[in-house]
This record gives sequence, structure tokens and C-alpha cells, in this order.
Amino acid sequence: MRFEDEPVPGYPLPILPGHTSPGRFERVLRTGRFAVTTELAPPDSADPEDVFKRARVFDGFVDAINATDGSGANCHMSSIAVCALLTRIGYAPIMQISCRDKNRIAIQGDILGGAAMGVCNILCLTGDGVQAGDHPQAKPVFDLDCVSLLEIARTLRDDHHFQSGRKISYAPRVFFGAAENPSALPHAWRAQRLAKKIAAGAQFIQTQYVFDLALLRTFMDQCDALGLLDKVYILAGVGPLRSAKTADWMRKNVPGMHVPDATIARLQGAQDQAREGRNICIELIQQIREIRGIAGVHVMAYRQEESVAEIVDRSGALQGRVCWYPGRDTVLNS
Amino acid sequence: MYSVRLWSVRHARGLNAFYRGFEALLVRLAGVFRALGYERIERPVAAVEKTVKGLLFDCRMCGQCVLSSTGMSCPMNCPKSLRNGPCGGVRDNGNCEVKPDMRCVWVEAYKGSERIPGGIAAMSKVQVAVDQRQQGRSSWLRVVREKTEPPAKSATPAVSAAPTKSLSP
Repeated sequence: MRFEDEPVPGYPLPILPGHTSPGRFERVLRTGRFAVTTELAPPDSADPEDVFKRARVFDGFVDAINATDGSGANCHMSSIAVCALLTRIGYAPIMQISCRDKNRIAIQGDILGGAAMGVCNILCLTGDGVQAGDHPQAKPVFDLDCVSLLEIARTLRDDHHFQSGRKISYAPRVFFGAAENPSALPHAWRAQRLAKKIAAGAQFIQTQYVFDLALLRTFMDQCDALGLLDKVYILAGVGPLRSAKTADWMRKNVPGMHVPDATIARLQGAQDQAREGRNICIELIQQIREIRGIAGVHVMAYRQEESVAEIVDRSGALQGRVCWYPGRDTVLNS
Repeated sequence: MYSVRLWSVRHARGLNAFYRGFEALLVRLAGVFRALGYERIERPVAAVEKTVKGLLFDCRMCGQCVLSSTGMSCPMNCPKSLRNGPCGGVRDNGNCEVKPDMRCVWVEAYKGSERIPGGIAAMSKVQVAVDQRQQGRSSWLRVVREKTEPPAKSATPAVSAAPTKSLSP
């Protein structure tokens, strides 16, 4: 969609009253559109073209792209560098910050630096433990947790000072987010934990993969009961499973990943399991859209990034909307 | 000790009540502590605290005890040092993502908090980032000083101030 007050396509928009960022993603959410985000797998490479290539496959189908920060505790190009490259050509990244690898001095510096480069959205995470990744011998930092990180980040933006109390001269204009996992134990307390994140500064939430809609509905009901639905935009995490075998491997090895037996059985019964995985994902998106309080979906398709466009398209999630991408308006106007 | 740690959560209500009394006693002794000098008694008191709380809670001596807000389950035993609730990686059996043989300290914390009057409300409070300088120092003495002395106008910023207003074990 094109906003009327858009200066040059891709450039920061004016900050509207009640908004905290000049970003397109916040606008999409605040105007009540069903938002779609995705995740870019950062390359194991120093070639910027590897980043651009990976971003281009989403063109037109996503409102923002998460730049992961050593996800799964594996080493890749840093999230701040991926964001630097993406903002250069106008993409709207969501910069992920994990507490595993950096202390509060480094993190606050990254928030300022990211915002200076045009990052409008930051997702504050605790991060996976180092045991999950390719460097289990590394030192886990965890100077902060996601909630204290949100608190510090919000202070930087709203109160214009570091945690030390030292003033900053120009505050980062950022839309802050956090993650939640409605499928993880203790189910009864997930919404209460979300309330803490909101109190600390979270404005949007991207959830872990959801395959069990009953758990998501319970979670949303709990959020509603706590009065959280008006305070935060919740994007449900979805993604295509490549095969029954990978799904089973993922639920055993990826922290926080819950795949019901029924889903695995359905994959097993299909002739083309990858295609069935995409079908399941599309059906989930369509059902999730109907749940009250859901503001969008976060499509995670690790190593199947090229399937995101098809999934989003076939799900009808965008209702005919073409999300901004570099060059879109030239194409549409010609 | 792990089994004692789980016992403490099961007896969170009793332990919490006991510590309320203990806190009142310590606060009454503030004059004595002041006369002796807080810095002089810091090391012996911290040593006692470490022994007692180490046995009961596997205490890590972060120096900013929040046990009364976490159902007597010490959050510093979380491999990610989470002080505001569980991560998304809790296993289906309620165990830790990082240490598969250990109960998630936050799954335990909710159980303990349900046993303490007002425990769940206490859990809902945002715990600010820990002050790493307090590592190894006595939480008991810090709380007594906070309760009995006017807030010092130190260089320490308000945002990193003490997370608790009551004495946790």
C-alpha cells in the first residue's frame, strides 16, 4: 500500500500522532491491516548480494523482514549488518536483539546505531541457549533478559537516557516488539508473562510457531481477560513443514517447537509432503485470521524462503494488498 | 542441592512466612549492624547467607534476591538468568531447554507463587536488570539498609535500583 504522505518510496514516513516510529510496519498495524512478516536467514558469508538475494524473494508479500540475531545460537552475519544493508535500499527490517551474546553496553549501542541507519522495528529477545547452536563452547552472556531489555530500550526512546542515567541527545524512533510462545509450558501463565513484556515496552508480539490452534485460542482468551488485546499487536508464527521427518526432528531438537501428532500424521499420509506442509500452513493462516485480536502472521520458512510468497498469496492474507518493496511503485505506475 | 531446592518450592508458603519474621528481626537489629559497620560484617554475613540459601535454594548470590517474588524458586538457576518468567523453550515435561534433566525454574516458580499469599501479584512485577556489582554480596544487609536508611544520593542510577522492597531469603 502507498501512504499519501510518503516522501520518496522507501524513505522514513512522517511519524503520526500516537506512533513511535517512522516505519511502514507500525503504520500497517495501526491502520488495522492484517500484517505479514517473515524471517531472513542471514548468510554465512560477507557478500552483501547474499542478503539482497534473500530479501528479494519476499518482494510484495511481506510488510517487514526479521533479521535474526544468531538464531538457534548459530553463527551468521549479524542482525545489525543485515539491517544496515536492507535499510540502505529501503526495506523495512525488524532488527532482532538477543541477550545471549551481548551485554547492556553493546545492546544499547546497537539500538542507537540501528535507529540511526533507519531501523524502525526492534524485536527484543532473550535468545536460545548456546547449547542449541554450533558453538556450545561459547560463553553465554545474558546480562539482561528480554523484559529488562525492553525496559531499557523503552527508556532510551521515551526518557532519552541510557540505563546509567546518562542523557542521549536524539532518541531512537523505534517500534518495539517481543516474542511469546503460546504452545510452551506453563500454559496458564503465558498471557501473564506477555503482560509483563507489554508493561516493559512491547508494542507488537511475534509468536513462535503455532500448529495447535486450540492452544493459541486459549492464549488469546487469556490475553483478552487480562485486557492486553488493545495494548499490543499479536502476530502468530506459522511456517511450512517440509516433511513428517523434519517436523519430528524439529519438535525434538528446536527449543520451543510444538508440533501435534495429528499434523505429523497428515504429512506422513501425503504424497507430496512439502506441498502438504505448505497447505497446512495456508489453512493455519486462514484460521488464525479469524481469531479475535490477531493482527497478522509471521511466516518462518527456514530454508524454504522461496515458498513464502506462494503461501501468503494463496492464503489471501493480504486481501489484494501489495506490500512495499524497492521498485514497487515504479512497476505499479508504469 | 537440587532436591532441597524443589522441597523449598513445595514449602514456599512456610518459608515465606518464616522470612517475613526473619526480616523484621534483622531490621530491628539495624542499629547493631550500623554500630559494627556494614562493610565490616559484609563478608561474614554473606558467607552465612550463602551457606543457608545455597542449601535451601541453590542460591547464586546475585545480591538482589527476588525469591519472595518467584515462589522461592531462585531465577538465577535458570541457565539464561531469566528474572521475568520462563522462556519459550520449556519442554513438554516442564523441564529446562538447556538442562534437560532440570525442572524449569519458572515452572516451579509459578507453583511456589500459588502457595504464597500475593505471590502471583508479586510475579507480575517487572524485574529490572541485575546490578552485576552486587554479585556475592549479602542481600539481607542490603535490604536492612534500604529499609532503615534514607536513599543515598549515589552515582548509581535509579533505574538499576534494588528490585525488591521486602527481604527475600
